[in-house]
Amino acid sequence: MPRREPLNVVGVEPVGPYALLRLVRNGMDPGVPGQFFMLEAPGRVLPRALSLCLAPPSELHFLIDPIGPGTQALARLDRGDVINVFGPLGNGFDLDVERPLLVGGGIGMAPLPYLAEALRFPPAILGFRSELHAQAAVLMPGAEVVIDPVFVTDVLPDGYDILACGPEPMLRALPSGQLAWEAPMACGYGACYGCAVEIDGELKRLCVEGPVLAAAAA
Amino acid sequence: MPPQLLNASGCLDALVAPDVARQLDGFVTKTITPLPREGNAPPRIAETDHGMLNAIGLANPGRDRFVAEHLPRLRELGLPLWISVGGFSSEDYAETCAILGDVHAIELNLSCPNVDEAADSAAEIVAACRLATPLPLYAKLSAAHSDLAEVARAVAAAGADGLSLINTLRGLALDPQTRQPVLARGSGGLSGPSLKPIALHAVHTCYAATQLPIIGMGGVATAQDVIDMVACGARHVAIGTALFSNPDAPRRIREDLAAVALDDIFGCAHAGTTSRVYAT
Repeated sequence: MPRREPLNVVGVEPVGPYALLRLVRNGMDPGVPGQFFMLEAPGRVLPRALSLCLAPPSELHFLIDPIGPGTQALARLDRGDVINVFGPLGNGFDLDVERPLLVGGGIGMAPLPYLAEALRFPPAILGFRSELHAQAAVLMPGAEVVIDPVFVTDVLPDGYDILACGPEPMLRALPSGQLAWEAPMACGYGACYGCAVEIDGELKRLCVEGPVLAAAAA
Repeated sequence: MPPQLLNASGCLDALVAPDVARQLDGFVTKTITPLPREGNAPPRIAETDHGMLNAIGLANPGRDRFVAEHLPRLRELGLPLWISVGGFSSEDYAETCAILGDVHAIELNLSCPNVDEAADSAAEIVAACRLATPLPLYAKLSAAHSDLAEVARAVAAAGADGLSLINTLRGLALDPQTRQPVLARGSGGLSGPSLKPIALHAVHTCYAATQLPIIGMGGVATAQDVIDMVACGARHVAIGTALFSNPDAPRRIREDLAAVALDDIFGCAHAGTTSRVYAT
């Protein structure tokens, strides 16, 4: 069973319209890229599921799109605040790939900086809806960046093992690979059955069977 | 016997999280129906200001696979097992009860807000199950009944051995951008802190109306919540939504209750009652 620990907030830094939440690691296992943590959102009933963005020594970083009450509460945290963090949870990316290509869409780029580090900085393509959102590409030096109306699928080269995270339409448009999915989660450890997503005609609990799932070649 | 801490049905998968289940005095399964069910289409959960909605829709492997594959693995936990049974007719419930042997108790889910309700009344279902099994039968009721005391008396007369109070209550949440329901099903069952006063009232009402032991649940997250439930007349207490936000909640609650004499508190919220002998 993963640990649940109170962690100290180092700070929150703006990255374009997003917020990078930095926590003191306090010995917690950062897990495999693509795994996620449940972060206590102050004042809310449920924690929020966030994949790890970066794991520098002694810290854990999470990239947050503050669009709802929980993510906004997390983005408002200050140095010295303490929140409970539970993880790492779920199944991350399989790093045993020959020709990795990282593909991210919007806030779905969150797990890719940590993944890029683990795979020694393979090629990457990031898609964003605006110039402002594309500022988050600063976390992925060397990545090719496309902005709506250009989609990542418009510039996708052949012959790579795709490892991707992004909005559902993007994931469904990709030909094959390892895809990190997203769904609202209450618990993150298989208890609530809330995060079921229909994949290949079956409902899967993303927190237990995912969030990274292999997609068969089309 | 001190009050037992259980999980609310559908709020824990003991096979995925055995360490959490072992913090409890017994494990209550997710509701089992005759046939396998995938559940409702996603999204099927939504947070509210002081609770959450779910519209899972009784996702489960069906009773045959449950008995063949899941139950043997659950027995390995070594915990008393409470099997939550659901269905769409008295026969559905009774047939599932008949194939369950050697478990601690059966909880009849008579109140899921996320599926079409059985046409039979709660008492008819309990009566059919009473004929099908000698196991203890707990009737899980909704607080939405206009006369809950009457329903409690009816299921007691039909042979129930206890009551589980309460299930979630139907609610709705809108997406502020689209102004459409967040959940694909539209409505969902409200749980969490919002539910606690309603659950306390239901426990208080049924304690006064019947002699049946009650498992109190609905917004229980702290030792104080357990104390309040027991004071209203809950013999045992179950934790639901709090398990989602904190898998260590049962351990913490137990630690906080260590110095509390719950036996002295049992039923004390009833005017003129300082204690009441509990008999099984």
